[in-house]
Amino acid sequence: MCRIGAIKSKKYFHPSKALYLMRSQQKGHDNSGFAMVMQDLGGIFEDYKDLPILSMACTDEGINIADNILSAEGFTRALQWNPETNYAENLIIETMPQYVFLVLQYPKTYRYASQEEKEDLLVNTRLKIRAALEKEAKGYVYSFWPDVLTLKEIGDPKDIGIYFGLWEENNFFTAKVITAQCRQNTNYDIVRYAAHPFFLQGYTALANGENTFFEKNKLLQKSLYKGYVGFESDSQCFLYTLHYLNKILKWPLSYYKHTITPLPYDEIIRRDDKEILLKIKESLAHLEINGPNTIIGGLPDGTIFTCCDSKKLRPVVVGRTDDTVVITSEVSGINEILPERNWEDDIYPHERETVIINNALKVERWQQ
Amino acid sequence: MATIKVNELSRDDLFWQIQYDTNRCTFCGKCVAACPFNAIEPKVEKRRKVVSEAPTPTPKINFQTMPVIQQVVNTNNYCRGCGICEKVCPNEAIKPVRNPDNKFAMKIRSTTGNSHTRGGRANLNSGDRALDKIVVGRISQMTDPSLDAQRHTFDLLAPFGRILPPEQLPFDIKDGKLEITGNTPPVRWIYPVIIGDMSIGALSCRMWEALAIATAYLNEQAGMPVRMCSGEGGMPLRLLKSKYLKYSILQIASGHFGWNRIINAMPQMQEDPAGVLIKIGQGAKPGDGGLLMAKKVAKHIQEIRGVPKADLLSPPNHQGLYSIEESVQKMFLSLNSAFKFKVPVAIKVSASATSVSVYNNLLRDPYNIVGGFFLDGIYGGTGAAHEISMDHTGHPIVSKLRDCYLAAIHQGKQGQIPLWSGGGLGMTGNLAADAIKMICLGANGIFTGKLMLQLAGCVGNDNGKCNACNTGLCPVGICTQNQVLTKRLDVDKVAENVVNYFLAFDKEIKKTLAPIGNSSLPVGRSDALVSIDKAISDKLQIQYGC
Ligand code: SF4
Ligand code: SF4
Repeated sequence: MCRIGAIKSKKYFHPSKALYLMRSQQKGHDNSGFAMVMQDLGGIFEDYKDLPILSMACTDEGINIADNILSAEGFTRALQWNPETNYAENLIIETMPQYVFLVLQYPKTYRYASQEEKEDLLVNTRLKIRAALEKEAKGYVYSFWPDVLTLKEIGDPKDIGIYFGLWEENNFFTAKVITAQCRQNTNYDIVRYAAHPFFLQGYTALANGENTFFEKNKLLQKSLYKGYVGFESDSQCFLYTLHYLNKILKWPLSYYKHTITPLPYDEIIRRDDKEILLKIKESLAHLEINGPNTIIGGLPDGTIFTCCDSKKLRPVVVGRTDDTVVITSEVSGINEILPERNWEDDIYPHERETVIINNALKVERWQQ
Repeated sequence: MATIKVNELSRDDLFWQIQYDTNRCTFCGKCVAACPFNAIEPKVEKRRKVVSEAPTPTPKINFQTMPVIQQVVNTNNYCRGCGICEKVCPNEAIKPVRNPDNKFAMKIRSTTGNSHTRGGRANLNSGDRALDKIVVGRISQMTDPSLDAQRHTFDLLAPFGRILPPEQLPFDIKDGKLEITGNTPPVRWIYPVIIGDMSIGALSCRMWEALAIATAYLNEQAGMPVRMCSGEGGMPLRLLKSKYLKYSILQIASGHFGWNRIINAMPQMQEDPAGVLIKIGQGAKPGDGGLLMAKKVAKHIQEIRGVPKADLLSPPNHQGLYSIEESVQKMFLSLNSAFKFKVPVAIKVSASATSVSVYNNLLRDPYNIVGGFFLDGIYGGTGAAHEISMDHTGHPIVSKLRDCYLAAIHQGKQGQIPLWSGGGLGMTGNLAADAIKMICLGANGIFTGKLMLQLAGCVGNDNGKCNACNTGLCPVGICTQNQVLTKRLDVDKVAENVVNYFLAFDKEIKKTLAPIGNSSLPVGRSDALVSIDKAISDKLQIQYGC
């Protein structure tokens, strides 16, 4: 079983918080990796909110490959940041030669382009880079999106933290939302792409559990949108369904739970909105999930949420103070980073619930 | 040397020979009275017996005339091996015995110039089933726990009706909520097993009634929304006008039998039917229309179907259907509009090398009116067919169903026209086992017919036993209109058996869902299956295990 966590704060905070959050839940995972998505960035990235950031781990040739594709598209560099790394013999980590975070200016031809056109360009470019890197096994591209940064590595999370200097707090590498997870995907091959959180066009998802409807989710999703690729992990399906509903179909988030864990027929027909719910259950039957799962998701506007499988087979808890909310698998993580909170306000969501936290840190509990 | 007539049909040619023991027989006559085929008859034999009555041996030859039971040898009244004589004999004096050296079918052809006809299903290769080489092999052991089959709540229903992809749903958002702003095709959520289309006429009224009673009971008392398809031949008026109509799927086939009555009854219908099934073909005898022998067209059948007493042959195809597009436009639109687009209309075809093309076309149908694709495999049963059709034409269902599902995936349209499959499912007696495998391979549900007959007491099997459904003389009253024979069928008992079987099915299918950790039907979850046959696993794209 793995452990997942999300921190959302009114103020910028450093990823060390995420490491501490996950460290105290260490017994629940196998310490095989660390991955995080940072959204709404502070520090050195704060002035570049509107510009896309490419997050990559690759070889030197990989950088060239990406550069060529980026410049062919017309992107120009605004900022490059390579984290300082601290190598030591005893660290358990499988490093890549380069970790690159590139802030880019949109091509000139996109000056008057619509938001949608820009978003499409970012996905297309990322997919191009991904395919090119993959073909020659030269690295990985995790995200290419404004105000979002992704880091993933294989190894002991403690050592990954040391390697990237993430244990020491500072002001230049911060964000208002960080989602993190400390385990490689152990169900299938260990590849960097398979590590949660997954990110696509502003949407983030990470999960604890196993989606036993992986096959049918995957087979449908492959036909729904070009960005639904990879499928190195059964949990990617949660992200793609989230993206599909909210971004492509433009349905409100409240229908996510109705799609992935639809109510049984007998319950639906007793409800006022039965027509809608039945149509969703029929139409998106292939996006239903099964098996034990807790999902944490993030939306482009900074909202984060959590929900579970319909049997509530995995734990999750939400704890909060006035300026920070934490969603994570076990309460020990929250105790670690929010020791001062009122634990009586902690929320243990049930199987038919979605807990949503907006940018004002208002917590809502939606019943399915 | 005696002269013999070697070319005549002889006892040795018959498929079944009667084994009769004079010493046990008390000449009660029950067997002769019970055999519907007149395949045995009483006669007298001259017997030579040596007796000695004095204290010392004084052998004397006596000639006696004895009554015996004898097998009839001709091409009409041959023994079907149904075993009814054995059942009624109080002394175990008589029984049919299979004759492995028989040449019967060949003799029929050579003596009558006719093809061999019978009922039942394919007798050739039907024991070697792909489904039996597949197991549900993805057992939840650690991270995703198995469920408790007894206590967990499962959601077992399946859709019947045209399902729109989400982008075509007429949804609007108002105050953060979705709203329906237009019409969508009707979809019914029903139990994933439909009692398959056997007509009144092919079945005795009592048998049909028993199925209708079982269906109503399952719905009203057991909370299982099981639907029954009428078969081509209409329905009794009383049922058409009753509230139970909602549990029936009306079938229309090329003969349109019974539809005059259905249409006339429409103004008086209290409920819509559960659906309409357009039968294009059936798996047991693909390319053939229905066939009801005149001897089964009794008075009440003439009335329900609106026909005179005659052989009723449905044409092999629907008049006026030349292409898939045309079938969509004409039949579906007219039937959909007949019920004001409130009743799902589905199509039943015989599995064929071309099924995928038909399904692909229907999936692309711009009118969104095809509410289900019923695919019927070669091992389906039939009331009457030429043996050559049953044994040598048709297509196995398992791979064809899978092909259709994969074709839908290829179009990104899986689930939009629900797939229902049948044709020999449950022939080993375990329908739940077959159902879960078909569902994992992509079926939304299954349909079953022959198994229902077996539950009712059919004595036939897939190895030449009985198979006399075409004769109108079904020895147990299932598929005959002969009133003496139908009396043999206990309507309530049959209904009870069917209900019990469904209750057992419900428990058993849960015993397969529980270990794979699924509370709803795992449609298309082929990763849950493992085949012990490499060729099958390759063909179906499932795991191989040995
Ligand atoms: S087995 Fe059936 S058909 Fe044969 S003699 Fe007995 S009753 Fe008649
Ligand atoms: S018992 Fe009746 S239904 Fe069964 S095979 Fe014989 S004739 Fe057909």
